[in-house]
Amino acid sequence: MIQIEKVSKIYRTQENEFVPAVAEVSLEVRENEFVTLVGPSGCGKSTILKLVSGLIPVTGGTIRVREQLVQEPFPDVGFVFQQPVLLPWRTVLGNILFSIEMLGKKEKEFENRAGDLIKLAGLEGFENKYPRELSGGMQQRVAICRALIHDPSLLLMDEPFGALDAMTREEMSFELLRIWEERRKTILFVTHSIPEAILLADRVVVMTPRPGKIERIFEIDLPRPRVYEMEFNERFKALNSEIRSLIFSSRKEGS
Amino acid sequence: MQSKMSRVTRAYLLPAFTLVGVLIVWEALYLIFQIPQFVIPAPSGIFVETWEWKYRLIGHTWVTLYETIGGFALSVGIGTPLAVMLVYNPTLRNALYPLLVIAQSVPKVAIAPILLLVLGAGEVSKIVVAFLVAFFPIVVDTATGLAGTPAELIDLSRSYRASQLKTFIKVRFPMALPFFFSGLKVAITLAVIGAVVGEFVGSDKGLGYVIVAATSYWKAKLAFGAIIILSILAIVLFEIIVVIERIVCPWYGSEQQH
Repeated sequence: MIQIEKVSKIYRTQENEFVPAVAEVSLEVRENEFVTLVGPSGCGKSTILKLVSGLIPVTGGTIRVREQLVQEPFPDVGFVFQQPVLLPWRTVLGNILFSIEMLGKKEKEFENRAGDLIKLAGLEGFENKYPRELSGGMQQRVAICRALIHDPSLLLMDEPFGALDAMTREEMSFELLRIWEERRKTILFVTHSIPEAILLADRVVVMTPRPGKIERIFEIDLPRPRVYEMEFNERFKALNSEIRSLIFSSRKEGS
Repeated sequence: MQSKMSRVTRAYLLPAFTLVGVLIVWEALYLIFQIPQFVIPAPSGIFVETWEWKYRLIGHTWVTLYETIGGFALSVGIGTPLAVMLVYNPTLRNALYPLLVIAQSVPKVAIAPILLLVLGAGEVSKIVVAFLVAFFPIVVDTATGLAGTPAELIDLSRSYRASQLKTFIKVRFPMALPFFFSGLKVAITLAVIGAVVGEFVGSDKGLGYVIVAATSYWKAKLAFGAIIILSILAIVLFEIIVVIERIVCPWYGSEQQH
């Protein structure tokens, strides 16, 4: 589904300095795979999402999505960010249909689909509410629906639960898994939380900072559907501590 | 219901009572100390005198009103597109923004006499003064609002391959509306001041002229009357914009109340 080959990205600052954000990253993501990217701040996790979506060009290497070389933005992606960034003047339904409108498609034809998504995301009865009337978790559900309404094959999530409180965060992880079970997508998911990364993913990609490189990739062989109790499972704990020590040791080397 | 009542009480009744109280004390001080009417007139005196001049004052109010609205309309009509251009074109921004800041720091009151010299003593020069003072907050606030669109929303629109124009109409401009309106609110108040300053410098019409003429004939009561009408004019214009803001972006006002 996604082939990232020896991709590097160098940003040019306003002072004309060159800052390497990611270097020599190679990664292959299978169709309908759930891949999480973890690592400390500044390891270029978000940059990888932007590169894959074509929002910013690569400095070196190539990215292919479904055999197509990525050179510009393409609409077959759904984005979810850390902040819900909903439009305050639109209702829940209006915000979900925003994607359709921006894609230049007819909103009418997607109303049924929006209804299904609203049901799936547990937003029934909130269709005509405005974002300010919703909690942070509910707003993020709307943002997820907005990312799914045009049925993209690729979902890019940039710390989507990072701004939520711990309890809502855990709840939303399971909600996302439930939605994903129903609507299979290829997901690239960036997070700071190691347990979250393990709980969600088929594979966890651990990155090191400055410039961002892939340190190691962990296959998560925990059975699906994932449940809350798995966090007390020996395999889960082992993975958690292994990834933790990997990130912390690379941090020490860096400094 | 109870809390709504008390909010109305706090917002309107209390200040109204305070105003009435001040007027009563003012009138009383005047009666007790026998202050000369031509220095500081009593409220009752102001009212009687203003009432006598009502027809002519309506004419002068009308002149100041359309000078204000003319200057305000010009500043919106020129300031808003300019703000859009500044946000979308970095070269233009670098070229123009420093000059705008310098232009802003020139006291407009000081250039009013020159404007009158160039444009004549008619209404046009007052409209231009009002425009000059009202223009800057509209440009700055609108540009700030447009530049403040969350980067994620712009990325989202780009990933859907929506055009710049569509993104502007559907996302950036509506997002900037609260800023645009706060610019309008500052601008309308300044436009009134601009029009009056223009009239001070030289005119034979408008409330600014009434204030200058009345004081030079020691008609303090009439001058006070004109000032009160001017204040009411400014408040009404300001409130009209507040009402339009509530209609155009109701989500914003109710967000603030939380």
